[in-house]
Amino acid sequence: MALRLEDYAGVIGHAVVDEIRALAGHVRGRRFKNINSTAVGGGVAELLTRIVPLLTDLGIDATWDVIKGNQAFFEVTKAFHNALQGKPETITDAMLETYRKTTEANLRAMNLDADVIMIHDPQPAGLIQARGNDHRRWVWRCHIDISNPQPKVWDFLQPYVERYDGAVFSMPDFARQLPIPQYMVPPSIDPLSDKNRELDEEEVRCTLERFGIDPGRPILTQISRFDRFKDPLGVIAAYRIVRRRFDCQLVLAGGGATDDPEGEEVLEQVREAAAGDPDIHVLELPPFSDLAINALVRGSTIVFQKSIREGFALTVSEALWKRKPVIGGAVGGIRLQVINGVTGYLVHSPEGAAYRALELLGNPELRRTMGENGYQHVKQNFLVTRHVEDAVLLLLALDHPDEDIVRLW
Amino acid sequence: MTDDCTFEFYTERRLIVLTGISARNLDELLAGLETVGGSSIFYHTHQQYLAHHFEKPLFYNDFALWIAEALQLDLLAERLAAIDLLSFSSIRALREEIIAKIRGFIAENPDNGRTAPPGDEFYFSRSKSFVLPTGNIARDPADFFRRLPQVTNESLFYHFFEARLRLERNTNDFSRWLADRGETELAHEIDSLDPYLRSLDELKADIIELGAKRGWH
Repeated sequence: MALRLEDYAGVIGHAVVDEIRALAGHVRGRRFKNINSTAVGGGVAELLTRIVPLLTDLGIDATWDVIKGNQAFFEVTKAFHNALQGKPETITDAMLETYRKTTEANLRAMNLDADVIMIHDPQPAGLIQARGNDHRRWVWRCHIDISNPQPKVWDFLQPYVERYDGAVFSMPDFARQLPIPQYMVPPSIDPLSDKNRELDEEEVRCTLERFGIDPGRPILTQISRFDRFKDPLGVIAAYRIVRRRFDCQLVLAGGGATDDPEGEEVLEQVREAAAGDPDIHVLELPPFSDLAINALVRGSTIVFQKSIREGFALTVSEALWKRKPVIGGAVGGIRLQVINGVTGYLVHSPEGAAYRALELLGNPELRRTMGENGYQHVKQNFLVTRHVEDAVLLLLALDHPDEDIVRLW
Repeated sequence: MTDDCTFEFYTERRLIVLTGISARNLDELLAGLETVGGSSIFYHTHQQYLAHHFEKPLFYNDFALWIAEALQLDLLAERLAAIDLLSFSSIRALREEIIAKIRGFIAENPDNGRTAPPGDEFYFSRSKSFVLPTGNIARDPADFFRRLPQVTNESLFYHFFEARLRLERNTNDFSRWLADRGETELAHEIDSLDPYLRSLDELKADIIELGAKRGWH
C-alpha cells in the first residue's frame, strides 16, 4: 500500500505532488483526528486506510479512531443509514435512546484532543456534544445521500449536525440545507490498489479463462452487487439485443448476496434470466476479490453501470481508469463520471444501452478515444491524491472561513 | 508575483463550496444568479476548463449545459454558451450579461415553463481558491519556456483565467511579464490566444509553440 505521496508521482506527475506538498506545509503539524464506526469493511474504512498515512506523510498529525458500540447500537445505526437514504425503516424512540447512550459512553471513553476532528457519517455524529469553548474545529463528513431522509431520523440528527463548523458531502445532490458551510468532496479511487493497478495481459487472460470467459471475443461487463437498483435484468435485456448483431459475452459479477435476502432474490432472478446461455457469466464473487475484479474489467470491451438509482457509483471511475468506455444509467454520481459522448454514454433503458453498445462494438477507434478520455477524466477528478488534497484544503478552509481567494504567502 | 526580472509560477488549488441554492426552472435560476457571490458565477463559467482539460465538452458553461439538458431549451443554451467571456473584465459584468440573456429569452418565450425533472436540479457551487507560489521561477523568457511544459494545468489556469477575470487584471500574467521584459510581440501573440476556445492542454501547447518559434524550448 502506498504510504508516500511521491508513490503517485508516476501517475499525477511530480509537479502536482509538489503543489500538494506545498499546500500541506501551511498546516504542518495540525492534529487532524478522523473518527468513524468501523476499522475494516466499507468504503469509509477503505478511504481512511489510504488517506491517513498519506496525510501523515505530508506532515499532518493525522489519526484515526473508531467508536465502540454493541450489536444493538450498530443495528440502530444501520436503520438510520437506510432511513437517511430514504428507505423505509421503523425508527423508535428506544432506538434513539440507544444511540444517545452509546454516544455518551464514547464521549466518556474517547480521547478527543485534536485541532480538527472529522466525524464520518451518522454513527459518531453525536460526539459533537464534546464541543466546548476551545480551539477544536469539528467537521461532519457525510458519505451517503441524505437529500431525502425519513423525517424522524433527520430531525434527531440535525441538531447535532448544525453544531459542526462545516459539513462535507460527495455531491450537491446529496446535501441538505444547513446553516453551516458545506463543501463538496467526491469519492476517489486509488490507482495503486489491487483493484486498479496495472496488470499484465497474461494475468487478465488467465482470470477470464478461470471464469470460463473467452478472451478472444468481445466482453460486456457490469460489476455490481446483485441489487435491483443496478438493473442486472435490464443489462441482460440489452445484451440480448446486442447479441443479435454481435457475437459477444456478458459478465455480471458481484458479491454480498449471501447476507442480503433481497440480493439473494435478485441473484436468483438473474440466474433464471441467464439460464441456457453459455455466454452469460453470472459470477458471485467472495470478499477480497479485488484482483479478480481488476482483471475482469481490464479484459472487458465495454463496461455497464446501468443503475436506475445510484449513490456515487465509484465502480464507474474504476472502469474509466482502465480506459473502458462506460454505458451508465443517467442517475446519481454516474453523471459526474460519464460525460455523455466523451467518456461513455448515459442511457435510460435497456434499448438505449444496447444501441450505445452496438455503436461502440462497431467502432474500435471510438472505444479507444473514449477510453483515453475516461482515463484523463478520472486522473484529473477522482483519484485519491485529489482526495488528500481536498483534506488539506479543508484544514486551510477552517483557518480562512470567510475568504473566497486565500493567498498563501 | 515576481521581482523586476523573474517570473514565478503560482498555482491555485480549489475546494468546492456548496451554496445551498438550487434551481428547478428559469425563474429560480435567475433568482440564484442574482443572489450568489461572484465566485459562483466564475466557477460555473470556468470550472469545466480545468475539469476537462483534455477534451471539449458540449458546453463549457454550466448554466448552458443545464438549460440544454435539464430544461431542453437549446436556443437559450446556445446564447449563453456563445457569450464571449474574453470580452469581460469583471465577473459583475459577466453576471449581468447572463441574467440579461435569460430575461430576454423569457420575454420572448413567456410560456417557456420548463421544470427540471426531480434529481436534475441545478446546484450553485463556488470555489474557495488557495493561491500559492510554486517555487518555479523563470529568470528570463528562454528559461520561462524551458519550464513551461512542467507547469501544472492549475498553474496555467490561474495565470490565464483567474488573473485576467477574477483578479481583474487586463491581460494574462504571461503576456504582462513578457511585455515588461521587452517581448511585446510575443506578449501580444499570447494575449491573442483565446483560452475559451481551447482545452487547457491545447492552450499550453499553443504557448509552448510560440516560444519554440523563437528557439525557446
